[in-house]
Amino acid sequence: MSIDQIQAPETKRSGGLVPAVSGLRRRLHIDRRYLPVLGTLVVLALMLVVGATRYDNFLSGRVISNLFINNSFLIVLAVGMTFVILTGGIDLSVGAVVALSGISAASLLQTGWPAAVVIPLVVLIGSALGLVVGIMVHVFEIQPFIATLAAMFLARGLSYVISLESITITNETFVELASWSLPIGETWRINASVVIALVVVAIGFYVLHYTQFGRTVYAIGGGEQSAMLMGLPVARTKVLVYVISGTCAGLGGLLFALFSRSGYSLTGVGMELDAIAAVVIGGTLLTGGTGFVLGSVLGVLVLGLIQTIITFEGTLSSWWTKIVIGALLLIFVILQRVLAVRRT
Amino acid sequence: MSTQAPAPADRPGTSVGSRAPGDTRRGLTSFTQNRLFWPVAALVLLVVANTIKNPGFLGVRLQDGNLFGATINILRNGAPLLLVALGMTLVIATRGIDLSVGAVVAISGAVACSFIASSPDPTSVTTVLVAVGIALTLSFVLGVWNGFLVSVLGIQPIIATLVLMTAGRGIAMLITNGQITTVNSPPFKTIGSGFFLGLPVAILIAGGVFALVAVLTRRTALGMLIESVGINPAASRLAGVKARNIVWTVYAVAALFAGLAGLMISSNVMAADANNAGLFIELDAILAVVIGGTSLAGGKFSLSGTLVGVFVIQTLTLTVTMLGISPSVTPLFKAIVVIAVCLMQAPVVRKKLAARRRRKASEAGTDSTSARTEVAA
Repeated sequence: MSIDQIQAPETKRSGGLVPAVSGLRRRLHIDRRYLPVLGTLVVLALMLVVGATRYDNFLSGRVISNLFINNSFLIVLAVGMTFVILTGGIDLSVGAVVALSGISAASLLQTGWPAAVVIPLVVLIGSALGLVVGIMVHVFEIQPFIATLAAMFLARGLSYVISLESITITNETFVELASWSLPIGETWRINASVVIALVVVAIGFYVLHYTQFGRTVYAIGGGEQSAMLMGLPVARTKVLVYVISGTCAGLGGLLFALFSRSGYSLTGVGMELDAIAAVVIGGTLLTGGTGFVLGSVLGVLVLGLIQTIITFEGTLSSWWTKIVIGALLLIFVILQRVLAVRRT
Repeated sequence: MSTQAPAPADRPGTSVGSRAPGDTRRGLTSFTQNRLFWPVAALVLLVVANTIKNPGFLGVRLQDGNLFGATINILRNGAPLLLVALGMTLVIATRGIDLSVGAVVAISGAVACSFIASSPDPTSVTTVLVAVGIALTLSFVLGVWNGFLVSVLGIQPIIATLVLMTAGRGIAMLITNGQITTVNSPPFKTIGSGFFLGLPVAILIAGGVFALVAVLTRRTALGMLIESVGINPAASRLAGVKARNIVWTVYAVAALFAGLAGLMISSNVMAADANNAGLFIELDAILAVVIGGTSLAGGKFSLSGTLVGVFVIQTLTLTVTMLGISPSVTPLFKAIVVIAVCLMQAPVVRKKLAARRRRKASEAGTDSTSARTEVAA
């Protein structure tokens, strides 16, 4: 996207809300790329304000801390998913990989393996599956949708093979890690999962915005043919994004095991859709090439906050969560569509 | 966009006509190169494995004038999947995808069961017909909504249908009030588990819909128009094809078929389970379509391929149960079949196989070619 392409359409627009928004944007010097993320931020702020006015104790440190603690695994998944979606692909396998990694961890710990070996091993299971998907997508030219769908069935089936029942984790090191938490001030606290999730976000942010690899990811999303003609390592990058997503899913499974202190082959059903929804709400285009890791984090927080508000409301049934997420998804998709139409 | 021209092997008639007499190798090649070869091979393999394990597998017996047997079970249990997969085939042919069909299945079942359960006379045929009518109309409306998002607003199909997929189950829960609604209505039971002329009604419905779709798409220009939209929507619009209406229609039809499938599924268990009815049926349907050789890139579709794909998935599910393996492990076998079929159809593998075949053919064919040139001279 060149500079004149970004600025050209602004001159010939007229009437209604659109010039008002663009005028505001010009005055504030906001890059068009940040608009969807800003939209997410506005929604997040609105939800916080609505929650704070409707319920007591909503804006307390405890609620916000829990928001992060309960959604740490989803944050990690969303970071990995952002990489894949930025290249124009999609990864449907993450939910099943979460289950596989969680149940592997639980069953290996049960047989007496030390936690120091199990923890890196289950993350590597995710990486290995990601590598398989990457090779299927790149070498065998299977569409990402189908390749990751196959990986999803594979991972889900493997976790059923390992165990059909939930396995409680009793390993001392693991339980210690799970119960560690650091109080900050009066009411705030963070635990190991949140620390790991924030580290993953920081690494994701750095890799995507400050390395050659990250630029190649954006370039592939913008146009694979062009990226190849520019001499960028398309093949390596395309395989690597799936490895990254798989690794994040493996790590997500570990965090979920920490969170629930057990492994169960039925965890994470539909979690891939939550991750995709978070990425889309966070302003990343599914066509690839546009989006930010931090936007996806905001997307996860929006999803988590919907859950929190519905819990606070008390009288609303749990299925309203799904309906609200669907409606929010629709609004964001239409918003993105409007922005995209104005660009062309 | 479709990058591969349809192989001549897709039309066996022409390749047979042009084949030199006695050239069996070429005949075998065109047979193995047929898009349906690998899926059919997988199906035959499954059936053979089952027959070895259980010699009576292919047997069909007549009981009270109705047909029973493992194959009939596969057909009957596969009927809802076939309906959903048919709609999915058409959607995929336009380069789209419909993730919401599972949710539509749940909504359709929920509406029909709730209506029947709350009506004063649940056993009357009229009540059931009205319930079916309401459920199908609602499904159609949901499809129109999907089609509107995709064709008018121009939202990517996967995300446009993800909206309904996420919200749909919530809506179904809203309809059933979060409970499993059970009904007691013999006419409604007929849809899923009744018999007509000795055959299960579900098979007849699915078969009828399949025949209707096949005639409409292959005996009229509709199929070609759908494919042209899948290859290049802009070009087909410029060529005078009403691309928007066609895309809109396929989503509406896909949801309508999903609604019908939802009626079958809920009638089979005589209950509407908003959480689990049609769970992952969209993924199974997409798998069936892909196993059948229809590319997700759009532009061409094979209804017979989808039929084979549905049979492969259903036979696989039954095989796993019959071999005494826990049904939960089925996804693993599905994954293996999908990966195997996709790999065999992958361009790289096909090219390599073709190259090896050519090399072998040229080695074996050197003397026969020289003989032929002698004759020509």
